[in-house]
Amino acid sequence: MDYFIELLFSGLTRGSIYALIALGYTMVYGIIGLINFAHGEIYMIGAFTAFIVATVLSIYGFPLLAIVIIAGVAAVVWAASYGYTIEKIAYKPLRHAPRLSPLISAIGMSIFLQNYVLLAQTSDFLPFPRLIRDFPFMEPIAHIIGSTDLVILVTTVVVMVILTLIIKFSMIGKAMRATSQDRTMATLVGINVNRVISMTFIIGSSLAAIGGLLIASHIGQINFYIGFLAGIKAFTAAVLGGIGSVPGAVLGSMILGLTESFATGYVSSDYEDVFAFSLLVLILIFKPSGLLGKATNQKV
Amino acid sequence: MTSQPILEVSGLTMDFGGIRALNALDLDVASGEIVALIGPNGAGKTTFFNCITGIYTPTEGNVWLTPPGGKKVSLNGLKPNKVTERGLARTFQNIRLFSKMTVLENVMIGRHCRTKAFILGAILRDPRTRREEQDILETSYAMLEKVGLAEHCDEFAENLSYGAQRRLEIARALATEPLLLLLDEPAAGMNPQETIELEGLIKKISREGQAILLIEHDMKLVMSLSDRIFVMDYGRKIAQGTPREIRENPAVIKAYLGEEVDA
Amino acid sequence: MAVFQELKKGVLISLWFVFLTFPVMVIKVDPIARTVTWRWMNALYMAVGTFIIYTLVQFFIKRRGRSKPASTQKEAGSSVIHRLLDNPRRRAMLFVVLAVAAIAFPQLLSSYQTNVMTTALMYVVLGLGLNIVVGLAGLLDLGFVAFYAVGAYTYALLNHHFGLGFWTILPVGGLLAACFGILLGFPVLRLRGDYLAIVTLGFGEIIRLVLENWGEFSKGPSGISNIARPSLFGMELDLHGSIVFNYYLMVLFVIFTIFVVNRLQNSRLGRAWIALREDEIACQAMGIDKHRTKLVAFSLGAFWAGLMGVVFAGKTTFVNPASFTFMESAIILAIVVLGGMGSIVGVILGALILILMPEYLRGLSQYRMLAFGAILVCMMIFRPQGLIANIRRTYVYKKTPNDAQAS
Repeated sequence: MDYFIELLFSGLTRGSIYALIALGYTMVYGIIGLINFAHGEIYMIGAFTAFIVATVLSIYGFPLLAIVIIAGVAAVVWAASYGYTIEKIAYKPLRHAPRLSPLISAIGMSIFLQNYVLLAQTSDFLPFPRLIRDFPFMEPIAHIIGSTDLVILVTTVVVMVILTLIIKFSMIGKAMRATSQDRTMATLVGINVNRVISMTFIIGSSLAAIGGLLIASHIGQINFYIGFLAGIKAFTAAVLGGIGSVPGAVLGSMILGLTESFATGYVSSDYEDVFAFSLLVLILIFKPSGLLGKATNQKV
Repeated sequence: MTSQPILEVSGLTMDFGGIRALNALDLDVASGEIVALIGPNGAGKTTFFNCITGIYTPTEGNVWLTPPGGKKVSLNGLKPNKVTERGLARTFQNIRLFSKMTVLENVMIGRHCRTKAFILGAILRDPRTRREEQDILETSYAMLEKVGLAEHCDEFAENLSYGAQRRLEIARALATEPLLLLLDEPAAGMNPQETIELEGLIKKISREGQAILLIEHDMKLVMSLSDRIFVMDYGRKIAQGTPREIRENPAVIKAYLGEEVDA
Repeated sequence: MAVFQELKKGVLISLWFVFLTFPVMVIKVDPIARTVTWRWMNALYMAVGTFIIYTLVQFFIKRRGRSKPASTQKEAGSSVIHRLLDNPRRRAMLFVVLAVAAIAFPQLLSSYQTNVMTTALMYVVLGLGLNIVVGLAGLLDLGFVAFYAVGAYTYALLNHHFGLGFWTILPVGGLLAACFGILLGFPVLRLRGDYLAIVTLGFGEIIRLVLENWGEFSKGPSGISNIARPSLFGMELDLHGSIVFNYYLMVLFVIFTIFVVNRLQNSRLGRAWIALREDEIACQAMGIDKHRTKLVAFSLGAFWAGLMGVVFAGKTTFVNPASFTFMESAIILAIVVLGGMGSIVGVILGALILILMPEYLRGLSQYRMLAFGAILVCMMIFRPQGLIANIRRTYVYKKTPNDAQAS
């Protein structure tokens, strides 16, 4: 039973991380219909920034809490800046281009960013500092759920609540929803669509950076290539839930996280990634609109 | 014009979610006829085209096509390409040309369903394939001459003027050797001069025995071209008859001008 | 005043990029030794570099804006290569020069150079294969390398277990890859373009991961070694002989592929592919079977990848899953995109540039993938038609209809 609960929590933790990344895919897709292939790299850059800042601060002897806060803020600030800049460089000029052009551009951007980090830093795996100490009160149940898992779950829930509030009630959230329904109409009623798109990238990238920071301190190591797999899996989760749908992304991520956790726990871990890819292929073939997404009809 | 019907549609119904876009529509076109389908915007005319050409699958109803002297075939549930093979060819309301292909090539695509060459033929270029290719070229060129675009044959389709693009769509559809040609608002966006030319073109095609079903808003054009007219409103057929009958039909006047006329 | 404004904007953008790249470019930490290196020079390079690139881009945008909005075919038609190919006499001369150069190449240069050239030629064929799928039919296939892997492992396994030779397996590898193409294509080709791209990417990764994990079948990550080299009429060749032989083999392959692809794209089928790329609904309305036509393009591309896989296994005598990563697919895609989607000459040029350049500019080879990524982005933004746009359609048919009329 303990093993089951342990797997359950580990699945939820995984799911939370996927959700933080998947939201970026789904929001961007909802607004401009682009699979932002470079989103996984934003997550990687967020993790790297956190790693660099945290390590520097710990070498200079800052207290742990200060390190966590500064590294977290830095990760978010830089990831958001990258997201914003990438949109301006690689996607904005292609807004009226044929559908595949921005996707190819996104793939190029992804490869570029990976190799940029590889060249500027290193190809080795780097040990990520432990930012989250074990809480004493978690001692009795530490074999079921670790302190890091708890922090990840709580952070994710808080972030989700804030995001929901933003989307539901803030001006920019309303503008986003309007833009995703009908971009031309949104322009006509005076919404600055360029700003909405930029904001979407900024919010999505910030979430990915939080995910990057959390997972890196959970696993304890990072390298330049972590974005690829995490990106694909989060995208799978977004499609599973119905791409373009925010609750769908969270639902899809949790399902993917839990299935992966139970499958590796009870079956075998050899084919963990094969499983995620197969799921991706199967959903796209059989239910491309996902669980909560809407099927679209092409107008003739 | 009492020849046998080519196209027979009965009880055609199309639902989108809860909205009934077409409601038990009956329509027929006889060989050699020009039939017009008119109605206010949103009446379901283009939906009707999409349903009979297989782009949408209608909720209910039957569509039959009868080749002259041949057996009646059902078009129900066929894919668009099969429908075209059976003999319905269409143009699009919002022009859908292959913009990065030349004018001639656009028409050559129309010959696709009447020709056969495949991988091996393409690679080996045996005499039969070469003859077929020559035939595609000649027929396509002839189509361009018919619609008056022959001198533009090597231009990209996207560089043609609006009116010329519409005529190219007609040529492309004609290249499939249709039993019935469906024209979706061929005069939309044309200037008066272009519209007059178009009228001449449609009359010419019709004189060659081509049956035509057209959707059009330009009433002058419709009245002068059509042998018979069907009028739709809210997915329903509200009238049918000769141009003169339609002009005097109170239901049609009401649909077009609103309630007040009645009062 | 305008110049000053531009300058100010350039400086601001440079500063932004310095800020953006600050943590990654400037700071380098060693978490084990607990040291921090501050590489301030990098910030300076970044600032200067960004400013120069920004100025150049602005300059080109301005210049492009000033020149007349040339219709694309005219612009491309004036390219040197097309003018060469237009004129039959010059074309014949060009072919003779190329043929002599191709034949003399291994005689004049070292085994190493020949080997590099063979690799480049393999990418030419792979690029031309992918060009059918991406360039002509407009299907973005990100799992192309999977079919390459199928070919390579077909030869590796059949050679390892049954000792079957290269020439026997060559068609088998190609056909098996084509079958995989049909099997995958059947369900996925009805998907929309961007979903298709992701599904093919997923499929490619599945193949690789299976090869990596299914040890009994594929010997896992360690791969299969000692694969027989291609033989020449049953003769075993020494290493140098084999390298030269492989080279000539590839030259023949390239010629064969160009011949076939050229004929395909000027056929009824080729036109249908291009039309499908332009507008699927109009295509169907013109009586083209969308699925069948796409499936043919997809499996033909796979066939070529399969053939090259067999050649690859025979050339390197060793295969393992690491040769078939997504990056390999991305490289082939970059070749097609750089050269010009749908253009045979372009793809050949693209392959030669992308594969040979890093080989000969040794210092730059570590920036290879960085450059490939940048190429994909820049080509999409500045020159989506590629270095050499495909223009065949403007004149190939020109004389024929007139002939037809005259006769």
